[in-house]
Amino acid sequence: MLPDLPELDVSGGLNFKETELTLGLPGEIGRGTSSFIQITAGSSSAKLTGTKRGFSQAAMDLNLGRSFYVEHDGSCCEQSESENEDLSVAKPPAAKAQIVGWPPVRAFRRNVMTKSCNLVKVSMDGAPYLRKVDLEMYDSYQQLLSALEDMFSCPTIPYTYPTRNYLDEKKLMDPTSGVEYVPTYEDKDGDLMLVGDVPWKMFVESCKRLRLIKGSEAIGQLHAPRTPQPSAASCTST
Amino acid sequence: MDPERKKVVERVAVSTFPDEVLERVLVQLKSHKDRSSVSLVCHSWYDAERFSRTHVFIANCYSVTPEIVSRRFPNIRSVSLKGKPRFSDFNLVPPNWGANIRSWLVMFAAKYPFLEELRLKRMTVTDESLEFLALSFPNFKALSLFSCDGFSTDGLAAIATHCKNLAELDIQENDLNDKSGSWLSCFPENFSSLEVLNFANLSNDVNFEALERLVSRCKSLKVLKVNRNITLEQLPRLLIRAPLLTELGTGSFLQEHPACQYSELENAFNKCMNLNTLSGLSEVTALSLPALYPACANLTFMNLSCAALQSGEFAKLLVHCPCLRRLWVLDTVEDKGLEAVGSNCPLLEELRVFPTDPFDEDTFHGVTESGFIAVSYGCRRLSYVLYFCRQMTNAAVATIVQNCPDFTHFRLCIMNPWQPDYQTNEPMDEAFCAVVKSCTKLQRLAVSGLLTDLTFEYIGKYAKNLETLSVAFAGSSDWGMQCVLGGCPKLRKLEIRDCPFGNAALLSGLDKYESMRSLWMSDCKVTMNGCRVLAKEMPRLNVEVIKVDGSNESQADKVYVYRSVAGPRRDAPPFVLTL
Repeated sequence: MLPDLPELDVSGGLNFKETELTLGLPGEIGRGTSSFIQITAGSSSAKLTGTKRGFSQAAMDLNLGRSFYVEHDGSCCEQSESENEDLSVAKPPAAKAQIVGWPPVRAFRRNVMTKSCNLVKVSMDGAPYLRKVDLEMYDSYQQLLSALEDMFSCPTIPYTYPTRNYLDEKKLMDPTSGVEYVPTYEDKDGDLMLVGDVPWKMFVESCKRLRLIKGSEAIGQLHAPRTPQPSAASCTST
Repeated sequence: MDPERKKVVERVAVSTFPDEVLERVLVQLKSHKDRSSVSLVCHSWYDAERFSRTHVFIANCYSVTPEIVSRRFPNIRSVSLKGKPRFSDFNLVPPNWGANIRSWLVMFAAKYPFLEELRLKRMTVTDESLEFLALSFPNFKALSLFSCDGFSTDGLAAIATHCKNLAELDIQENDLNDKSGSWLSCFPENFSSLEVLNFANLSNDVNFEALERLVSRCKSLKVLKVNRNITLEQLPRLLIRAPLLTELGTGSFLQEHPACQYSELENAFNKCMNLNTLSGLSEVTALSLPALYPACANLTFMNLSCAALQSGEFAKLLVHCPCLRRLWVLDTVEDKGLEAVGSNCPLLEELRVFPTDPFDEDTFHGVTESGFIAVSYGCRRLSYVLYFCRQMTNAAVATIVQNCPDFTHFRLCIMNPWQPDYQTNEPMDEAFCAVVKSCTKLQRLAVSGLLTDLTFEYIGKYAKNLETLSVAFAGSSDWGMQCVLGGCPKLRKLEIRDCPFGNAALLSGLDKYESMRSLWMSDCKVTMNGCRVLAKEMPRLNVEVIKVDGSNESQADKVYVYRSVAGPRRDAPPFVLTL
């Protein structure tokens, strides 16, 4: 059973609003605010009541231009280092307007998570949102899969150490639909690999992103593992 | 006073309460609010109170001068001082704004040579000041610095070196220059009086052997919070030397060598019979967490806000913590984790849920309204909440306050500004209406989400005990702020940012501000002229405008208004205009 999403009705279909094309600044949208975007051509949701205001519309109302945006030349020295790095590396300027001092979280807290944690995104085919796991939290594949099971509410089929016949060994299954998901990951080179083929530590270092692929589609997409199959003696035990 | 009354007072004063007796009685009074009330009864009580007061709490360092304080209270041993406006924690106050402790220390050295305790919040403290402090007060026992700036670890070295009777060193969440961990080694080898040591937020290594010896020597050590450089392997060596610990902040909880140290760790935690507070746990893993279980039985406060726990292991941990009253977590525990809170912590009074990735909206799930609802069903005694989330509904909040009507502190932060109820697309007005109607004891409120003036009408009308209100990106017009200033009889602190409130709103509070501690308004619609009018009408208020580079001449970018008997600041930097 997929976790309860606000826009999903019980039968599990995607709400149209989530996928509706709308105008608005990219990256400013939090969950559930798709209707918050001000102009949707032809859609009835565009009827603005007095209270609904779009992001930039409201910004103009409040003459917020000044304090609103973080300067990108690094002169806004009050921002913590990690934020400045974020801005200069990842995001195009006005697309993600970052407000000074918002959310109201003290500087030292912002640094809490940037230290030695290895957060990778986890996507599941068919789920309209991503999750993140910290690979440093786990010592073994078993723990990781167990956590994924919690996160996506799918029971894992009992773990056994991976062999060549990998499609039988490690899957997650969605009990309502009976669809099986194979845990895969993208490595540093961008190749799609099966989770469990390399020793745990090597996996943690090379894994950039996790993807839970529907079993039927997994076969064609996977690369054969490039590292030789480890012997039982050198494998990472749980 | 009419003659009849005067006779009664005199009779009582002479026969029952000679001054010395009165002072003996008043010495028992600790609360500064009670003491303020006592001092207003009559002259002799005013005098008795001021001679018997040993601790003074100054909530705004610019509201009074050191001279006035020392004249009134000659026998002070302990001082608590707060400086900058709270929004300075979020970078809304430029550096070098002020609140320097120096002039206070000079007065203390002259008038309170027996000063024992100094607790500072949001003050600027230099290394020179710390050295001056260390050398000027032979009886100095307790230093607590919270959210301060201006000093480095050299200043801490001076404290460690010279304060022979130090019992408390509490360095929390400061913006300091962390040069090295060598300050810890400055405690003399015969120094043994420490009872509280908190250096959890410092980032350099301290000499572990020196720390171990220090802990060994200080037989009365009750509070120990180390930084994340102290490893899990080192922790048991500290724990066995500190059997009286009631509060522990661990360092890193990452296990490097699985099998062997686990038992040592478990043994050490087994011996922690007196722990009521636990924090730290950075880099904790599913494997290392169970070592804690033996120590959790009597825990009343657990601070997991530096530990990225997922819901599974968090739920397992909670089973062992039935006595929790205060809990701080990261939103990595998600709604499922909060359901576990509801199921396992019936005594919970305070919950704080911090955001892991405040600026990364698109991938991290965090917590939603359902987690909060789950907690409210299981923890009916909840009275303090700080909740960061990305979605909320009016109905959810209504349910929550129906389950928990005893809230005294309700701080909800929906992280996207102007976000409506995500199910109905309505503003969040009704949510806060429910809060102020149901929670009659509410003292502190922080609002968020899409809010019209209606929210503030409700607040003004129903929040009779509200003392602190924080507002951001809310309201539709001056009317909103006028409602708050016109209602809320106990309002003391009002802090507002990025709201459409202008001069009419500002000036509607003319009669109110003297009964309040302070008002902060930044990036609203107030102009310099409006501020000038306020300053002119109310000479006993300090009306200060912080000018931001490049802004419009007539706009008052950031306004800070506070009552003061000290007159205008004499140390204001150029960007602070006193009107």
